[in-house]
Amino acid sequence: MIEKFDPLKGEMLRILHPDGRFEEALDPGLNDATVQTLYRDMVVIRTADQRALTLQRQGRFGTYAPLIGQEAAQVGSAHALQKGDWVFPSFRETGVLYMMRAPLSGLFVYWMGNEAGQKVPEDVNVFPVSVPVGTHPLHAVGAAWAARLQGEKICTVAYFGDGGTSEGDFHEAMNFAGVFQTPTIFFSQNNQYAISVPRKKQTASKTLAQKAVAYGFPGIQVDGNDLFAVYAATKEARERAVSGQGPTFIEAVTYRFGPHTTADDPTKYREDAEVEEWKKLDPMLRLQKYLQGKGLWNEEIEAKIKAEAEKIVNQVVQDAEAVPPPDPREMFSFTFAELTTRLKEQMDDYLTYLKEKEK
Amino acid sequence: MAKRNLVEAINSGLIVEMERDSRVVVLGEDVGKEGGVFRVTDGLQVKFGLNRVFDTPLAESGIIGVSIGMAVKGLRPVAEIQFEGFLHLSMNQIMNHAARIRNRSRGRFTCPLVIRSPWGGGIHAPEHHSDSPEALFAHTPGLKVVIPSTPYDAKGLIISAIRDPDPVLFFEPKRLYRAIREEVPDGEYTVPIGKAKLVREGKDVTAITWGAMVREVLRAAEAADKEGVKVEVIDLRSISPMDDETFLESVRKTGRAVVVHEAPPTCGVGAEVIARINEKALFSLQGPVVRVTGFDTIVPLTKLESHYLPSPERILAGIRKVMTF
Repeated sequence: MIEKFDPLKGEMLRILHPDGRFEEALDPGLNDATVQTLYRDMVVIRTADQRALTLQRQGRFGTYAPLIGQEAAQVGSAHALQKGDWVFPSFRETGVLYMMRAPLSGLFVYWMGNEAGQKVPEDVNVFPVSVPVGTHPLHAVGAAWAARLQGEKICTVAYFGDGGTSEGDFHEAMNFAGVFQTPTIFFSQNNQYAISVPRKKQTASKTLAQKAVAYGFPGIQVDGNDLFAVYAATKEARERAVSGQGPTFIEAVTYRFGPHTTADDPTKYREDAEVEEWKKLDPMLRLQKYLQGKGLWNEEIEAKIKAEAEKIVNQVVQDAEAVPPPDPREMFSFTFAELTTRLKEQMDDYLTYLKEKEK
Repeated sequence: MAKRNLVEAINSGLIVEMERDSRVVVLGEDVGKEGGVFRVTDGLQVKFGLNRVFDTPLAESGIIGVSIGMAVKGLRPVAEIQFEGFLHLSMNQIMNHAARIRNRSRGRFTCPLVIRSPWGGGIHAPEHHSDSPEALFAHTPGLKVVIPSTPYDAKGLIISAIRDPDPVLFFEPKRLYRAIREEVPDGEYTVPIGKAKLVREGKDVTAITWGAMVREVLRAAEAADKEGVKVEVIDLRSISPMDDETFLESVRKTGRAVVVHEAPPTCGVGAEVIARINEKALFSLQGPVVRVTGFDTIVPLTKLESHYLPSPERILAGIRKVMTF
């Protein structure tokens, strides 16, 4: 299927249209119960995302990069992954992390300013959040390569945005993956802006997906607000990866409803009218309509789902805020496996200083 | 036991570790078929196969970036960057990722990666092939930096570097690659990272140095002998973590010190050595510590290179200066 949607011809995969039409021939086989679960996940994610903004405004959270509008892209892709697969996130992947069973409270602890939040449980295959844009796809390629040498039939997925495709490391990662045919999925959420710079100013390419052509592997553009299309493309990319057919690039066309981060004011660089147009394509609305058509959604059900999501997120906040501030020793202890003499000296000096200050 | 030069000693260390540990893989530009431009990885691809020794596309950031992914996923990559001047293309991967992954994940993920790179001047090479950027990397928390000066140490240190649970930058003084031959055991042994070596005993002045400068300092020390000055020589071997106790003990004994390195003096590793002497042995000093180093200039090409690199004569002049204060 991926090969049938040629990004050079401007073809984009869309299964559930904004008007509710459904491309039966492309149905990736998500049953109703699964769609309901995924919709509920999306509500939890949006609730957590918006709560993070509120907490930031109240001074209880640090800088945060909201994902509102990108829920289908994150949930659809992550749902296509299987046990053993590895995810390499950027800083806007709250939804992916939730789907990978990384505790949201950990992510909240991290954004509240404590590295301990990034210590994911042993059975969660999610790399720590990578802040330097577009530089971590290389890690996904290396891990995929390692997995192949280790005889594991898994894939690795790098998540990044439209801006990330302008970085040199993006080129190097795509190139390495192509040369070594690594089981890697490059998943780009094209949310139209890298902070204030629009997608058109990142690259003269008509699509991001077509870039894959130059590296010798397929790229596909999908409607990133269509859960079914995102899931279908990622599922197939995963099958390609684990069956030795190499990497795939997926461009999920979506929109960032919110600011780049809490430190940003998007009214400076985009028109409200544009945002309103995209809001009509809200991935949640599309799924609501779909489920409603099946008699599985109405206002009453929505209220229940939202109440449940609020409860989950309340617990996340409570858990995150219950984590005591870290001991200053932690600043030193994770530089190397063992404290060097010099680090120990610095730590002891500082602790002595603290003790004397208290007197 | 066989006599080996630095190239053969590192090659032997790589073989020992690759035979012992199937997680060790070697990657970089021209490291496979060619065996590296200096032949350090010669014969490894034939011995260990294409899955464990492979040539990469020409992309330094890519080499380090994929090595990070491999290391975190459980391999023990040994990546070669062909010349130290090209390390800068991978700076982001080294400083922003390799050195920080343990801290960033509070120990959930680690990055046991070795980056090998030829280092330093003295071989009449083109631009970017004669630099000594150790200070840049020693300033990076989470990264270890070692520079051997003998074949024996080189083998022991490369084995320690591969076994180290954290990223290690392993600089190879290219001027010494084939300059020295000495007995190097065939099998495994380690030289600890973070431990300096007393190379020559003396009572009058302590010379602290590393890499190719060790040999030049020893030559200067012999010349100083004739002037009745006994120079104690310390090879730092590890730039980070730095073993200050070894040189502090010596300085407490001699009361005088000279630091010799190829890199520019300003904010160089010599400055750190002197700071530690000031912090911990100031009152043992009988005069200011002298630095004999390159200059705060770009390393010149062949015609002026010998003016830039500290020579035994210039080092001797530095020793005289510290002795006559």
